Amino acid sequence: MTKKPNTSRLHIPEPPFRPGDTPDYSHISVPAEHTLAKPDTLCEGHETSQHALGLIRVLRFNGEAVGEWNPNLSEEQLLKALKDMMMTRAMDARMFTMQRQGKMSFYMKSTGEEAMSIGHAMALRSDDMVFPTYRQQGILISRGASIKEMMCQCLSNAGDPLDGKSIPVLYSFKKHGFFSISGNLGTQLIQGVGWAMANAYRDEDGIASVITGEGSTAEGDFHYALNFASTYRAPCIINVVNNQWAISSFQGIAMGEGQSFAARGTGYGLATLRVDGNDVLAVYAATAWAAERARRGGGATVIEHFTYRKEGHSTSDDPSKYRPEDEPDVWPFGDPIERLKAHMILLGLWDEDRHAEQEAACKKEIREIYKQAEAMGSLSGDTNVNDFTMFEQVYETPPRHLKDQIDMFKAEQD
Amino acid sequence: MAIDIQMPALSPTMEEGTLSKWLVKEGDSVTSGDLLAEIETDKATMEVESIDEGIVGKLLVEAGTDNVKVGTVILQLLEDGEVAGDLSAPAAAPSPTPEIAPAAAPQMAAHAPAPKPAAVMAEPEYGANVKLIPTTVRDALRDAMAEEMRRDEKVFVMGEEVAQYQGAYKVTRELLEEFGEMRVVDTPITEHGFAGIGVGAAMGGLRPVIEFMTFNFAMQAIDHIINSAAKTLYMSGGQMRCPIVFRGPNGAASRVGAQHSQDYSSWYAHVPGLKVVAPYDAADAKGLLKAAIRDPNPVVFLEHELLYGETFDVPDMDDFVIPIGKAKVKREGSDVTICTHSRMVGHSLEAAEILAKDGISAEVIDLRTLRPLDTDTMVESVKKTNRLVCAEEGWGQHGVGAEIAAVVTDQAFDYLDAPPARVHQEDVPLPYAANLEALSLPSVQDVVDAVKKVMYVER
Repeated sequence: MTKKPNTSRLHIPEPPFRPGDTPDYSHISVPAEHTLAKPDTLCEGHETSQHALGLIRVLRFNGEAVGEWNPNLSEEQLLKALKDMMMTRAMDARMFTMQRQGKMSFYMKSTGEEAMSIGHAMALRSDDMVFPTYRQQGILISRGASIKEMMCQCLSNAGDPLDGKSIPVLYSFKKHGFFSISGNLGTQLIQGVGWAMANAYRDEDGIASVITGEGSTAEGDFHYALNFASTYRAPCIINVVNNQWAISSFQGIAMGEGQSFAARGTGYGLATLRVDGNDVLAVYAATAWAAERARRGGGATVIEHFTYRKEGHSTSDDPSKYRPEDEPDVWPFGDPIERLKAHMILLGLWDEDRHAEQEAACKKEIREIYKQAEAMGSLSGDTNVNDFTMFEQVYETPPRHLKDQIDMFKAEQD
Repeated sequence: MAIDIQMPALSPTMEEGTLSKWLVKEGDSVTSGDLLAEIETDKATMEVESIDEGIVGKLLVEAGTDNVKVGTVILQLLEDGEVAGDLSAPAAAPSPTPEIAPAAAPQMAAHAPAPKPAAVMAEPEYGANVKLIPTTVRDALRDAMAEEMRRDEKVFVMGEEVAQYQGAYKVTRELLEEFGEMRVVDTPITEHGFAGIGVGAAMGGLRPVIEFMTFNFAMQAIDHIINSAAKTLYMSGGQMRCPIVFRGPNGAASRVGAQHSQDYSSWYAHVPGLKVVAPYDAADAKGLLKAAIRDPNPVVFLEHELLYGETFDVPDMDDFVIPIGKAKVKREGSDVTICTHSRMVGHSLEAAEILAKDGISAEVIDLRTLRPLDTDTMVESVKKTNRLVCAEEGWGQHGVGAEIAAVVTDQAFDYLDAPPARVHQEDVPLPYAANLEALSLPSVQDVVDAVKKVMYVER
């Protein structure tokens, strides 16, 4: 079929590189760190419209931290950030391997995106409620959740705090301000805004932080969340983790002709920041700015965390089918752990030997915790989940027909 | 205890591969991350890492073996002190030793503090000294919301046109004046949006009453109602609680066409985790809405536009709350049981009057709650009358009547003198023209005819 020139033609966006291509990202400009000023947190939303198109950065590749967004974290905070990112990566590696060994049906790694979770969690208050999606396990690690319980949730065994009622990775930890992850994408966005509005109604100053991948910004929930957050000035942060890939759909499928995901907020009059998501200090700084704005009554900020999904979407995905295998290695924003490491070495707080020791120690600790978790059951043996939990928590108190079911089941067991 | 190393999958679709080469031999010490073997498929080659530290026990698959199934145990790692001779052949499905004490055998798992029992357990009783006030269903619903908002400042109303306009059907009349704009909240036009806001606010500790202009528009919000409100308590292991009411008119009005007339009773009544209430008269509307607002679970509260303006007596009591989950015998009878809800209760009562003139005594049961369903009241009635008619306004297939007929057939089959009959809407989208609409919807005469059918009398 030949088409006449200058006629309407269906446009299907294509990623720059496919398997077999040599990925070259030299066209992506890595902006200098000083180009975006840090406005007052109560500025008008439109005063941040340029921040939606640029990129807030603190860490240079040589390890220097520069510019007015530098959060100047203490030595203790830097050590914690590095350790938590390394623990997250070690846990992901272990769980992926054990999925391949048949111990659980499914797992999702956050490799390459640890800075988003860790930097974000550290800049929030512990009572701020997070409405995450499925690649923010680092938030739980940063907030001190039990890694054994997280693993037991994935193994769906007797130690699973959710009693085997949800699929691996869909964590729920209310005590750590971590909302139940939803398998149907995007619902947490508007629910988190509702939670924030409830806090504002009660004059409480805790804020909500809602998180989506760039792919799910196509869900209506994202747009409703922006609309309600704008209309009612909800004290929240709306985060888009742009890791470039929604399974095999590159970010252009969700973005269309938009200039950035942060810029989606501009039309709603919200503050908008786009941040180097592989720079843990920049993530921290942007989060701290947005959290302060929300707490001071300035309303919501949309933050786009620009990062890269280094591995498959999940254990069910094989990315070599749709993108070059070496693309993660040539991604121009580097690796978040390596970048923080370089910074800490430059400050004299760290060295290669300590790093190697810590890497080995994280691996060992994770292996030991995993061993304890798997001892409580796994998919390859007996899960050991108590059968009677099946009928619990359908309602706050079981109605008659469920009580009857429980009694009949008990009678069968006796 | 020995640790099994299985043939791993290189990709999610791989089912088998070749174990091309062992990189260790029996007796080697390895640590986590050490390379054990090379495996390959026709597409790729991968090295298998050790998942733990230990001593390489028996190599269970020879190098060069093709078609090794994913999940096959290829090697066992021994811990300190174990010797290769200790190993028996690995079980097909190796089972880790459970760490659980035998005392944890069947018993209800201990959990977050048990929620307080529902505040309402019994039908309120009132004597002749209680004044009965004629009230429209519209005002009864309004009064219920107003009373609960006075009682508990966590209760608020949200929806399209609920504040300034006082509700599309004026059910929220004067609430804005009394409670202010923080508690009676007009929203943008997005059912999905404000239903989600409500779910989040409920999980955040408030008690939202979400008004849909009609349940037809709630189709857009059904993801939040079912996937989030109904399931999150369960999926979070009891952590995330969702005390919320979704309310609004359901079913047919007059001449509003297929997209404004559907009865969603059976849709919501299908879903565990939801409670579903569909009252008929003003007293039940008031008492049940108050119960719904106090209920710790998500409640779908189905009203009927054509009942809003009808007047019924409502007892003048300080706290008139009717328990969710209890049907009510609206008219006693001995020949046939009519199980029905919402506006069809009125049709069924009229039908019973007509039938009485023919000497047929019909018992009319108003289900009032569709989930949990009060099966006892229905079954007991059929055991007495031996005949059942189910009447509803929605479509028949997979409808409320189908469920009731199944329950009664199951629990009282030997008492039935005739197959149960169902009255429902014709199996077409509701047409607009007045004559077609009337032909499509179930009528009083349809109920009369169904009763005569199960009585085996001439129509």
